[in-house]
Amino acid sequence: MARRAPLFLKRRSYRQRRLRDAARLLPILGAFLVLLPILWSGQGATPDAAGAGTAFDGIYLFTVWLGLVAAAAVLARGLAHDSGLESEPANDTGGDDAH
Amino acid sequence: MPFNLLVLFCLCYVAMLFMVAFLAERRAAVGRIGWLRSPVIYTLSLSIYCTAWTFYGAVGYAARSGLEFVTIYLGPTLVFVGWWWVLRKLVRIGRQQRVTSIADLISSRFGKSNILGVVVTLIAVIAATPYIALQLQSVTLSFAVFASGTPEGWALPNRDATAIWVAGGLALFTIIFGTRNLDAKEQHHGVVLAIAVEAVVKLVALLAVGAFVVWGVADGVQDVFARIEASPSADWVLKPDRWFGMIAVSAAAVICLPRMFHVMVVEGGEDRHLALASWAFPAYLLLMSLFIVPIAVIGLERMPAGSNPDMFVLTLPLAEGQGGLAMLAFLGGFSSATSMVIVESIALATMVSNHIVMPLWLRLAPKAAMTGDVRRIVLLARRLSIIGVLCLGYFYYRLSGGSAALAAMGLIAFAGMAQVLPVLLGGIFWRGATKAGAVAGLVTGFVVWAYTLLLPFFGPGTALPQAVFDYGLFGIGWLRPQALFGIGGMDPLVHALFWSAALNTAAFCIGSLLTFPGPVERMQGAAFVNVFDTDGAGPQGWARGRAEPEALLVTAQRILGEEPALSLFEAEARAQGKAGYLPDATPDFVAGLERRLAGSVGAATAHAMISQIVGRAMVSVEDLMAVANETAQIMEYSAELEAQREELTRTAGALREANEKLKQLSVQKDAFLSQISHELRTPMTSIRAFSEILTEGDLPPELVANYGRIIHDEAIRLTRLLDDLLDLSVLENGSVQLNLSLVNLQPLLDRALASASHTRPERSFTVLRDLPAENLFLRTDGDRLVQVFINLISNARKYCEADEPVLKISVRQRAGRVHVDFTDNGSGIAKHNQAIIFEKFARLTDQSRAGGAGLGLAICREVMANLGGQVTYLPGRGGASFRVTLPLRAQKPAA
Repeated sequence: MARRAPLFLKRRSYRQRRLRDAARLLPILGAFLVLLPILWSGQGATPDAAGAGTAFDGIYLFTVWLGLVAAAAVLARGLAHDSGLESEPANDTGGDDAH
Repeated sequence: MPFNLLVLFCLCYVAMLFMVAFLAERRAAVGRIGWLRSPVIYTLSLSIYCTAWTFYGAVGYAARSGLEFVTIYLGPTLVFVGWWWVLRKLVRIGRQQRVTSIADLISSRFGKSNILGVVVTLIAVIAATPYIALQLQSVTLSFAVFASGTPEGWALPNRDATAIWVAGGLALFTIIFGTRNLDAKEQHHGVVLAIAVEAVVKLVALLAVGAFVVWGVADGVQDVFARIEASPSADWVLKPDRWFGMIAVSAAAVICLPRMFHVMVVEGGEDRHLALASWAFPAYLLLMSLFIVPIAVIGLERMPAGSNPDMFVLTLPLAEGQGGLAMLAFLGGFSSATSMVIVESIALATMVSNHIVMPLWLRLAPKAAMTGDVRRIVLLARRLSIIGVLCLGYFYYRLSGGSAALAAMGLIAFAGMAQVLPVLLGGIFWRGATKAGAVAGLVTGFVVWAYTLLLPFFGPGTALPQAVFDYGLFGIGWLRPQALFGIGGMDPLVHALFWSAALNTAAFCIGSLLTFPGPVERMQGAAFVNVFDTDGAGPQGWARGRAEPEALLVTAQRILGEEPALSLFEAEARAQGKAGYLPDATPDFVAGLERRLAGSVGAATAHAMISQIVGRAMVSVEDLMAVANETAQIMEYSAELEAQREELTRTAGALREANEKLKQLSVQKDAFLSQISHELRTPMTSIRAFSEILTEGDLPPELVANYGRIIHDEAIRLTRLLDDLLDLSVLENGSVQLNLSLVNLQPLLDRALASASHTRPERSFTVLRDLPAENLFLRTDGDRLVQVFINLISNARKYCEADEPVLKISVRQRAGRVHVDFTDNGSGIAKHNQAIIFEKFARLTDQSRAGGAGLGLAICREVMANLGGQVTYLPGRGGASFRVTLPLRAQKPAA
């Protein structure tokens, strides 16, 4: 029989949970943005059009990359101290965060 | 620059690395670990992902196929940015289970199976060999570049000799710092710090070359963009299948490559390390990739046609006459290659010694295994493995002739190691994954990879005959290595990735679904998948008291060393409250010791050795179930206790409530007794006094009449009080005679108002009535009902303190019942008193103007109960408000 997890959380723990959600969602967003060039690059039929894309694609990819680094840095600030909470068995191990 | 100077410079650099590693080891040995294990060092050590392949090969890659090279770095970026999914769990498992390598992790997860360890080790060695060859090739090439670039034209150094020297030097460094000690926690502070230094060197070198190219050769950023547009490399067109496939395979590789796994998990990562690495490592990759395209474009522009684009990082500064910068670039490339080879060979050697050499030795010489010095054997096995791995790399380099493009070789290695990913992820997220499934998946993936990617790489006619390429294996058309199942026309790499991943995962899943895991496997599966739920407690599986502590100590000494083993046992004995060095071999202790040994020799070997001492190869399913049942029973018991506790709390609450009520009643009763004695005594006193006066005679007749009337009045008061008490007791006993008849409510209220007007007649009351609603016929006892009404109305007259008192009487009929509400505009009754006003003797105030004995409402309640209705207090109506509820047709009481 599982320990009854609290259904609703205090503001602090609630924010912590949403931070973890954000950490899980970030790579999905990143994968989407990184795969996006597939959509427009296929269009460039002539070598000229494709060539014009290389510099633009490069700027786009590096911007996305920088954005991911920045977002991960912001999230990491909040999550670096999360582990201490997590290892206490009495804490909220219920429901959605344990896996 | 003279070649000798270059060699000297190189040797100085290597010597510096030796110093760094040596100092770090010394620091760690005296326990001052501190910043040696800081997140920054951890992140820098991860940079061994960027090998010579990145340093030299990425430029070549960009020159050949434009921006596609970034996929190799975007995959790891996504993995690290999403560390909360996989890396965090891997690192936690690695720490808890003291994992020594990726092969150890897989073997440990699937029941400490050695077969799996062997399979993963073989895959790793085969996939890594070309990769190591690649590093040797790049170092020798870079030497060659310097050699050929000199105007003196001194003889091109023998490339093979260079490669041998490099390989030998690396083997020496790795053996010295990688197998210095057989630590329980496979950690090498010296190596890690040296790698961190090399990480900085290669980043600085590449950035310096990049900055030189952009601002030195070209004319700033704008100019570079213009040149990119004009360059032939801009003709590159993004191929969706390769784009997706390469991001996926590099993401898989960053988790599975033995060297990445080693620095990420084995060298002891923690959550705070990962938190920093989650953004800092992608940032490192970003910086490494930033100038790749400019270097490639300018290189294509400036360098003579036909020069190797893989060496642009080196040849471009040389061609521009920047000898110092070229030297820095050379060191960067040298760092990239050496750090990769060092860590890769440590990781591979650990795998080979733990999963191939040790089990063989245990099998071949069980006697020696249980008595000899295991530490020496293990270390020797590792040293030989390091030499073996480097020799393999060297021979591969010799055989392949060092001709193939760097990027292609790296990708083959990536794809090979990626075969481990499905089993790895399945192992840590799916409890249903079994050993048979894992073996099936790994072998399938490996075979498909080798057949479709590795062997064809050597070209037709070498590893595979041309006929196989054209007509398939054994002439079966759908087995052509680059068009499996007859689906041709795909990019060979994507083709191999797609089929190996698909067949690998399918075999793994089907195998897992169809087979049944053994007990150790199930135990480990639960421990791995639920690593965040338990604190490593879980069922341990060693039966109690089977092991002889002394035998355990002997084994531990032979693996951990005498002093560490003794202090470990002493600490445990002290924790158990015993003196000396021999604790009881509790299941917990044995399991902990096994994990500890696993940190040195791998889970499978440690398990085998402990099993020999405990005398039983493995726990049975029954043991596991017994442990599980015990736990379940305890859980159930505590749940029962919990329920009982709640029940008790409820009962206690009810009791407390009842007690409170009793206390209040007792207080009321006391008050009533004093009140009633007072009430009885006052009339009795006056009766006694006046009757005494009357008996004395000699009184005027009007006084006699007056006194007689007083005595009579007082007697009536007494009687009324006694009547009330009698009435109440009759009502309470339920022995009252009801006189049921059809009555109209309206005249009843008229009568009640008229009678009640005698109470405090000096007050003028406004009475609001609803005459049409009152015109209602009921079958009830009219006189009793009037009695209730009178009581309520006179209460209102007595207690309503409003200056202009108003009494509102409203009548409503609802579902066969009649509600009659009496609401005044006084201050009402306080909430805590509402519960007791219907009790006998209840009087809220001691005000004498109340005058009654506190029986009125009690009588009302009893009357209404007898009439089949009730009288209740309605809170929240402004003033005091009582509701009389009664049925339209009262039934005679059954009694």
